[in-house]
Formats: sequence, structure tokens, C-alpha cells
Amino acid sequence: MGPDRRPGIMPSLHGHHDTMNNRRIPKIALRDAEKTFRSASGQPQTALSRGNLDVNEGEFVCLVGPSGCGKSTVINLMAGFEQPTGGSVTIDGKPVTEPDPDHIMLFQDYGLFPWKSALDNVLFGLKCRGVKDREAKQKALAALDTVGLGTHAHRHPHELSGGMRQRVSLARALAVEPSVLFMDEPFAALDAFTKLRLQDELLELRSKRDLTVVFVTHDLDEAIYLGDRVVLMAPDPGRFVNIMKIELDSPRSRTDERFEQYRKELYEAFDLVHRQSARIGSSMVGKEVLEGGSGI
Amino acid sequence: MRDKALRIVLPAAAIAAVLLLWQWAASFYTEDQFPGPRQVALAIIELVRGGRLWTDIRISLLRLGTAYSMAVVTAIPTGLFLGRCQVCRRAIGPIVQLLRPISPIAWFPLAVLWFGIGNAPAIFIIFIAAFFPVLLATISAVLSIPESYFKVSRNFGAKPVQVFISIIIPAAFPGIMTGLHIALGTAWIHLVAGEMLGADSGLGFLIIDARNFLRTDLIMAGMILVGVLGLILNSIITLVEQLINRQWGRTGAPA
Repeated sequence: MGPDRRPGIMPSLHGHHDTMNNRRIPKIALRDAEKTFRSASGQPQTALSRGNLDVNEGEFVCLVGPSGCGKSTVINLMAGFEQPTGGSVTIDGKPVTEPDPDHIMLFQDYGLFPWKSALDNVLFGLKCRGVKDREAKQKALAALDTVGLGTHAHRHPHELSGGMRQRVSLARALAVEPSVLFMDEPFAALDAFTKLRLQDELLELRSKRDLTVVFVTHDLDEAIYLGDRVVLMAPDPGRFVNIMKIELDSPRSRTDERFEQYRKELYEAFDLVHRQSARIGSSMVGKEVLEGGSGI
Repeated sequence: MRDKALRIVLPAAAIAAVLLLWQWAASFYTEDQFPGPRQVALAIIELVRGGRLWTDIRISLLRLGTAYSMAVVTAIPTGLFLGRCQVCRRAIGPIVQLLRPISPIAWFPLAVLWFGIGNAPAIFIIFIAAFFPVLLATISAVLSIPESYFKVSRNFGAKPVQVFISIIIPAAFPGIMTGLHIALGTAWIHLVAGEMLGADSGLGFLIIDARNFLRTDLIMAGMILVGVLGLILNSIITLVEQLINRQWGRTGAPA
């Protein structure tokens, strides 16, 4: 069922798989991945064009970019909710054809079932996996403990704050012990302080567990603070434009001088993308008028 | 405090105003044509003392209960199914849209022809009146289930039966409840209509029977009783709905 995890294997052993970068075999690999669809007006649109990206095992990769750049498409392709229209998306070397309980996605709106208590929400995931009642309950409570909600197990989502809800959703994911977490703007709806706290908790969790994380955000600071690498995307068509490796000491500090440096670099790159997309946007308007709305 | 007092004082004042208006309007007619509040109150007392009223209420509620349950039991599963099956929705949609605007009362001649006089035509008409609101509410409740619920289910590898039982039904439940609420109201309205046309007992018949004897005071008494019972039924289902919404974390209107 789940892929074999080989945390013991040294990177150098698999270096020959990717001689150029001397990395180990990628956990997740996009090879010329493409996603096109028809918009409501019937025009073909390219949400992702020729996407090439490797995510290594245990790596934390953040996808950032302006809206419409295809970052959600990328994470949905990786998680198996969507299929590429070209190229390939693989995890552990196998093409992703459908969602897999070994790769759990977290959503901005938490995806919790409002009629179920926190505990029952966590149990849902375990029961889908066929875990027996007693064991499931133990695991669910342990997962809620991990996210600091052990005493809130019997509350319903509407009795919990936004931050707590996202913790429940995280507990639900952790309970089934996935090897990959996909997080689609998980903290975007939270207030600034809750967001900072959850970022710290996520980093701490990650230091304890063997997890590969792909994290979509539109918050550049968040991406630098969390990511081992930050992938900047641009729209029209959606594509990867810049990959920034973040080398900050662990535990990370937001007041680190190098943090400022990365921040500056990323904001500059982002500004460039932003200006380009604005230009394309305005030229597209002109083009649409000329070509009668046939697009580019 | 002041708010609470107003909530009692205002409706009470409105009722008093209506009674006065009624009294005033009735003064232009003879008692037989348009009885005043006092005569109608006396007629209600007469009905309550007479004993026939309880039989009529019991029969009416029984018919309502039977027809309403039948409508709920058929409309909810159909709605759940149609909500999940786009092809079926496309196929059956026009038929539903064609049948829905036909007033349940229009079915009456056929109902009597098919079922004769008695319980059956009234039950049939209430069934039709309750079926469509529940069906349409169920379909729209299923359609408005957030996509993320299905994504989460697929992600954890839930089986179709699991998705149906532990996601679709509970997720659609508050929406279905809204349909049940609306349907109870329309069912009650059409119960009285059905009983006026094709029955020899029940509250609707009570009104028609009073007309045959030119007892306008009893007609109005019957109308008021129908209103009061409708109010009680509505209060009960509102309470149930609120309970469910609280359990589901929704407050009143759909989130």
C-alpha cells in the first residue's frame, strides 16, 4: 500500500540518480508536467506549463506566487486530485493517479466535518484506513495531544478557533502517519499571531517526524521561514520561475540577518514577476479586443 | 429586559388591534354573514365541548403524518441520489420542473376518481404537496456540500458507502431539514384543502360542513383552529431545526 520509506539510506548512495545536483532520488518529481483546461468562456488556459521540480525526501518546499500562477494546480497534481494533461507527476517513482492516504492534503478551510467532534474528525481518517476502534481511538487521542488539543477532543469545530481547527485537521493527517503533507494555504485564514505560532509548531513537528512537506502560500515571509526551498511561480501561463534555497540555522529565527537577505531577494524576484504579469495582463486586454477574445 | 418586554407587548398589541378591526368590520354585516370575535370565541368553545373537534384534529394529524412520512421517505433518498448523479439530474430535471408548478389541488379530481372519498385523496394531495419541497431541498443540499469534504474523503481512501453514510447524509442534513420545514407548512395548507374537497372528516371537512349549515361562526372557528395547529407544528419543527443547526455548528441561516 504505502511506499517503502528508506530514511536510513545515505544521500550519496543515490547520488548517481541525479549526478548534476548530487541529490538522492526525489520523493516527488514533476517532469514537464502540464495542466491545461478550458475556462468558462471556452478558451484553453494553461495553469501549469512544462513544470519541472524535484522535492526530496524530508524536504520542506514552499510554493509562492501571485494568484493564477498555478501553485494550487501544482499541489493538486502532486496530491492526485488532478491529473496532468502532459508530462508526469511521480511520488516515490510511481505516477500519481489518485489521492493516496500516504500523502495527506490540508486545506485553507480545514476540511473538517462540522457535525463531528475533533476526536471523531481524527477518527474518520483512521477508520477509512481500517484501523480497529480501540487502536484508532488511542492513535486519534495521541495525534490530538501532539497538536496540543488533547483536552479539546470532544469539542465540535464551531466551538474551536480557526487555529485550533487547523490543528485538528493536522492531527487527522498525522494520525494516519503519512510520508507527505500537502498544505494548500493552511494558515491564510488565520490572524497574524496564530499564524506565527502555528508556523513554529509546524517546524517543531517536522523536526521530530520524517515528513516531506509541500506548502502553498502567498505569504513570502512564511515561505522563507518554513521552507528549505522556496519556489516562485508566475502566471500566464503558470510556471516555475525561481527556486531559492533557504539556509538558515535551526531553530529558525525571524530576526536572523540572513532572513532579511532572503526576504529582499524574494521580494525583488516577486516584484519582477508581478510587473511582468501586469504587463502581460494589459497587453492581453489589447489583444483580446483585436482578436475578438480568442486569447493568446 | 426591554427587548423581551417588547417581544411580548408588540404582538399582543397587534392582536388586540386586529380584534378591534375585526369587530369594527363585522359591525357592517349581520352576525350570520360576518360574526365578530365574540361569536367565534363562543363557537370555538362549542366545538371543544362538543367532542367532535378532537376526532377531527386526530384524523387530520393522522392524514398529515401518513402523507408527510411517505413524502419524506421517498423524497430524501431520491434527492440524495439525484444530487450525486448529474446525468440523472439532467434526465429527470425537466419532468420535475414540469410537475412542480402544478398545484396539488389540481390533482384533486383524479385523486377522487382513483381513490374515492375518504382518507386516500387527502393523503395523496398532501404527499404531492410535501414531496417536491423535500426533493428539491435535498438535491440542493447535496449539491452545496463543500468540495473539500469529498477531497478529504478521497484522500483518506474512504469507500463509497462510507462517503455516503458518514459524509453526504450528515452534510446534507441541515439543508434537508430546511426542506422538511417548508414541506410541513405546505402539507398542512393542502391537508385542509384536500379535506374540504374529498373527505367526510377532519378539520377541512369541519369547515365545509359548517358552510353547509351556514354556520359562519363555526367556519371562522375552524379557520382559527387550523391556524393555531399550523403554528404549533411550525414551532415544533423550528425547534428541531435549531437543535440540528446548533449541533452542526450553524446558527440559523445556512453558512
